Amino acid sequence: MKQFLSFVRKEFYHVFRDSKTLLMLFGLPIVQIVLFGFALTNEIKNSKIVICDYAKDEATQQIISKIEASRSFEIQKTLISHKQIEEAFKEGDIKLAIIFPANFNNDLLHLHKAQVQIIADASDPNTANTLTNYATNIIMDYQQELMKNNAMSFHIVPELRMLYNPELKGATNFVPGVMALVLMLVCVMMTAVSVVKEKESGTMEVLLVSPFNPFLVIISKAIPYLFLSLINLTVILVLSVTLLDMPVNGSVLLLFGESALLIITALSLGLLISNVTQSQQSAMFISMMGILPTMLFTGFMFPLENMPYPLQIIANAVPSKWYYIIVKSIMIKGLGFSAIWKETLILFGMTCFLLIVSIRKFKTRLV
Amino acid sequence: MRTLKFLLQKEFKQIFRNKALLPLILVAPIIQLLILPLAADYEVKNINISIVDHDHSTYSQKLISKITASGYFQLADYGNSFQRAFSQIEKDKSDLILEIPQGFEKNIVRENEQKLFVAVNAINGVKAGLGGTYLAQIITAYNNDIRLQWVQSDKFNPAPIIEVTSSSWFNPFMNYRVFMVPGILVVLVTMVGAYMCSLNIVKEKEVGTIEQINVTPIKKYQFILGKLIPFWVIGMFIFSVGLHIVAYFFYGIVPVGSLLLLYGYLSIYLVALMGLGLLISTFAETQQQAMSVAFFFMMIFMLMSGLFTPLDGMPQWAYIIAKCSPVTYFIEVVRMIVLKGSGFADIKNHFIIMIGFAMLLNGWAILNYKKTS
Repeated sequence: MKQFLSFVRKEFYHVFRDSKTLLMLFGLPIVQIVLFGFALTNEIKNSKIVICDYAKDEATQQIISKIEASRSFEIQKTLISHKQIEEAFKEGDIKLAIIFPANFNNDLLHLHKAQVQIIADASDPNTANTLTNYATNIIMDYQQELMKNNAMSFHIVPELRMLYNPELKGATNFVPGVMALVLMLVCVMMTAVSVVKEKESGTMEVLLVSPFNPFLVIISKAIPYLFLSLINLTVILVLSVTLLDMPVNGSVLLLFGESALLIITALSLGLLISNVTQSQQSAMFISMMGILPTMLFTGFMFPLENMPYPLQIIANAVPSKWYYIIVKSIMIKGLGFSAIWKETLILFGMTCFLLIVSIRKFKTRLV
Repeated sequence: MRTLKFLLQKEFKQIFRNKALLPLILVAPIIQLLILPLAADYEVKNINISIVDHDHSTYSQKLISKITASGYFQLADYGNSFQRAFSQIEKDKSDLILEIPQGFEKNIVRENEQKLFVAVNAINGVKAGLGGTYLAQIITAYNNDIRLQWVQSDKFNPAPIIEVTSSSWFNPFMNYRVFMVPGILVVLVTMVGAYMCSLNIVKEKEVGTIEQINVTPIKKYQFILGKLIPFWVIGMFIFSVGLHIVAYFFYGIVPVGSLLLLYGYLSIYLVALMGLGLLISTFAETQQQAMSVAFFFMMIFMLMSGLFTPLDGMPQWAYIIAKCSPVTYFIEVVRMIVLKGSGFADIKNHFIIMIGFAMLLNGWAILNYKKTS
């Protein structure tokens, strides 16, 4: 035990003496949770659009002023001819073009039918889709107003209630995701170099000839990072509650326990990478290449159920996916352990598996 | 010039001799480009719906079959207890609940008005918003069906109808992959480039070989150029493989705009990116430090670049930060050229800004690299 403690102390010295890395270790999660908590949003507002109005009559003016009043759109300019639309799209900023044909109001009043064309820049399909929907809704609203005199009969009114997130804030979705992402990536990256660094600098040999149990060598590598990550977690939670107005509806203790579990899982993964690689560069490359898959498979960017089936299976192997589910359940839905025992068990299983493999892979002989 | 040639020879040898890393660098991005765009699909389909039906009438049955037939919704649960439906939401088994109150049919016919209750799991605001809108559209359509059954429309004085036709340019099938592949390619090239560059000088520091270079008459700019050019070549290579092989053969993406323009921009972008890597490298003392700084920037660049979430929705200050990252511009330019065929005049400003980045970052790196410690 005394041996183990002195090893842990050695590792702590390593971490604390490298002040620049330490700064990053603390700065990175804090900056990112704040930055992304505010900045990441899927809400589409102030999209720049152009309008090509051949009619210039009362009806089109009214529709245009309705569009202008909406938060989603910002009318960039009115075009004289539809030939300019393609140019406008190619310049990049314009997302949507609305075209009113000549005699719009006349047609509407006398033929009871008029046409509007909406052209979207669908190189970004999601934005295009949403904006087309918004614009259509605005125009339909106008049409409803015209019909107002005709009383509505047999009317069904859907009453919409938004559970958990009535204001539809982006942060509610992104904060748990970013938490999962940051904790996972930082822990993996930091431990991934820890063992391999000793291999590279040659100090590994010293450790191996000592009578110390190799299992404990590995464990003691992870302990300083576990300690630091728990501090990090506390800071992240405090920030997201105070600054980002995130609720913690469930038990804080449970949240900490589950987070500690994820941190341990990530540390074990880092240790495994560190054990199987031969140079710091390879270890770092692997953890760098992990950013994008972790980001996508956690499921906070794109809904997991949309992915092709094989990818959904791959996603199951990403620890942060399970943690993301857990955090949402505890923080936002306020559920207890009974709702998340399955996810917890999976994370626990992953941790055991990773730890066993990395100890197995830990070679007590240098090649 | 001769000095530079020898330096390049040395760098290339070092890269090609690293048998563990080289295949990783070349293969990993390509594999990711093959897989990840499939995962990035925002089209909201398969919304799971729980229906609580207290009415059990012909009308409620008709409404339910209209909803399930729409293609957007999958019936996850059908019952007559709201509690049960809500627990489905808690378990993430369903995304929204539709509650049909008792006397639904009777009230529509007799009272002319009836309410329906819809509760949406709004943790993911976008999905909730879209799901709610789709459901509302279906209910309106159903409402019109009923109205037609009961009311004879006025032939001589019909209500005015505005017909909205919409078309999607540049990507008529609304294929999300066409949008994601160029963006993900940019991120992969960026990661590989910045990573290798930022580790490079620092490795010489750690191993101690930088001393040997410092005592030679190699000029600072020659040293930096020698480090920059090999990774520039590798970046070009990965981008080309990604664009001409993966994007073309697997996703069927053919750049609409001029390739010359695209490569012109890429070459400047890579210089700027390498400059950033080198700058990090001159500041750091160990590889671990360089890596954590590079990591920090990569995360910010990636999430703020408009790759996944639209830039327009960001608060003003965040928008400004996003505009300070070269990745944002390059993703924009790649999408503009590849998908829309924008010409030089359209992206002139992007060119100027990127040249600015390249000069600033590289200039700073050269200034910051000191031959004496």
